[in-house]
Amino acid sequence: MPALDEVSLAVANREFVALLGPSGCGKSTLLYLIGGFLPVETGAIRIDDKPVEGPGPDRGIVFQHFALFPWKTVRGNILYGLERQGMRKKEREKRALAFIELVGLQGFEDSYPSQLSGGMRQRTAIARTLAFDPKILLMDEPFGALDAQTRALMQGELLRIWQRTPKTVIFVTHDVQEAVYLADRVAVMSARPGRIKTVVDTKFDKNDPGIFKHEAFVDKVDEIWRLVREEAIKAQGARRSEP
Amino acid sequence: MSALSATPATRRSRSEHAMLLFVRYSPLLLLAIAWELAALLHLVSSDALPPLSSVIVSWFGLIKDGTLFTNGIASLYRVAAGLGLAVVIGGVLGIAMAWWKPVNVLVAPIVEIFYPLPKSALIPVTVIWLGFGDASKILLIFLGCMLPVTIGAYNGARSAEQVLIWSARSMGAGRLRVLWDVVVPNAMPELLNGIRTALALSFILLVSAELIVAHKGFGYLIGILGANGSYDAMYAVVLTVAFLGFAADRVYLLITKQALAWRD
Repeated sequence: MPALDEVSLAVANREFVALLGPSGCGKSTLLYLIGGFLPVETGAIRIDDKPVEGPGPDRGIVFQHFALFPWKTVRGNILYGLERQGMRKKEREKRALAFIELVGLQGFEDSYPSQLSGGMRQRTAIARTLAFDPKILLMDEPFGALDAQTRALMQGELLRIWQRTPKTVIFVTHDVQEAVYLADRVAVMSARPGRIKTVVDTKFDKNDPGIFKHEAFVDKVDEIWRLVREEAIKAQGARRSEP
Repeated sequence: MSALSATPATRRSRSEHAMLLFVRYSPLLLLAIAWELAALLHLVSSDALPPLSSVIVSWFGLIKDGTLFTNGIASLYRVAAGLGLAVVIGGVLGIAMAWWKPVNVLVAPIVEIFYPLPKSALIPVTVIWLGFGDASKILLIFLGCMLPVTIGAYNGARSAEQVLIWSARSMGAGRLRVLWDVVVPNAMPELLNGIRTALALSFILLVSAELIVAHKGFGYLIGILGANGSYDAMYAVVLTVAFLGFAADRVYLLITKQALAWRD
């Protein structure tokens, strides 16, 4: 059975779209295809009408487990992409510092990832990706490995950063509330083979601190939760019936 | 109720550190005393085990007439050359095996067959090929030390996480850059471990080869002194080799710790 089948999704410039679905529905696979890390078997992925052929710096990715270079410091990790872009030394040092400041890691420039907390590692990874200025930000459950408090903080911080440097974001998660809170639209995926079941509009005023209690927000979370639940149950059943 | 407080462990001072080292190695001192007493009280024949004090006197004699120095230089040159070649060629080979499938297909069975072979069996072979001088010892040490380095490099390079490679690729790194920037540093811990094994092996192979066929070197010296019945001098050379092996390992560990500071 293919991981994905007949998936069709159009994302507008500077839109924040969440891919939501039960585990094993192929949402990460879809992200890796967009990233150009995996080959597309049939069909195509196009960015500005140009088909994707392999990874490229127009698409930056943030992984769940950070994927920082453990032998490089915070600064070294952020500088790496800038070096690869051929930026001049003075300029990239300046830019690295600016992004260290953006994610609030001043004082930790020379720390290695092993010396940082999970939240700080993910901040570093986000800074590293934002620093080389990709047009599209691909995020693969970026807050999935963090504790609940850090997670809530990082969600707010991502929104703040996104509002300041607007980019197209494709955000994979299995957390319904996170998807509704962060995204403009939520694409709910079905399980095995992964398909996009529905796309739900989820535009809210993100700067409203009481948003989680608003009826419209709660209803939206409920509505999408029901859609995902059906798929999760189906996925469970499918797994159980496998030999 | 008093407030809960805790004092974090502070760094040890220099004198405390020296004291700990002394305590740690004090069994060696006990061993030395036992050795001296056993010989003095004639518990063992002084041919089999001359007193440590006369071994030390002989050691100064060997230093003064330059014997230990000329033979030591010859031995260290062989180890450095053989081990150096093994590290460079073995390291490159191991990483190449992990990175290019055809290299792996070609080399893996050879490594597998060659690995369990006791390399001392090659001593006569290397002598037939390259004679009694330095070259045969260097080749033997190279052959013996290459495989642990290769295997370390291979395992380390193979364990590079897919997401690290993808990250580098998405930041604009080509395949060769990924090899140099991700796969090689990722291989470092296991590669350095392999080199440590090779370092220990190199001393073993050196002395074995020199004992059997050589005109100079530590092994040659041990053999000739033993054959002449100069047992105290022979022990002096044995202790020197033991100490050099230990010191080399300690220095190597310090360097590795520095190089892998990022692991913490």
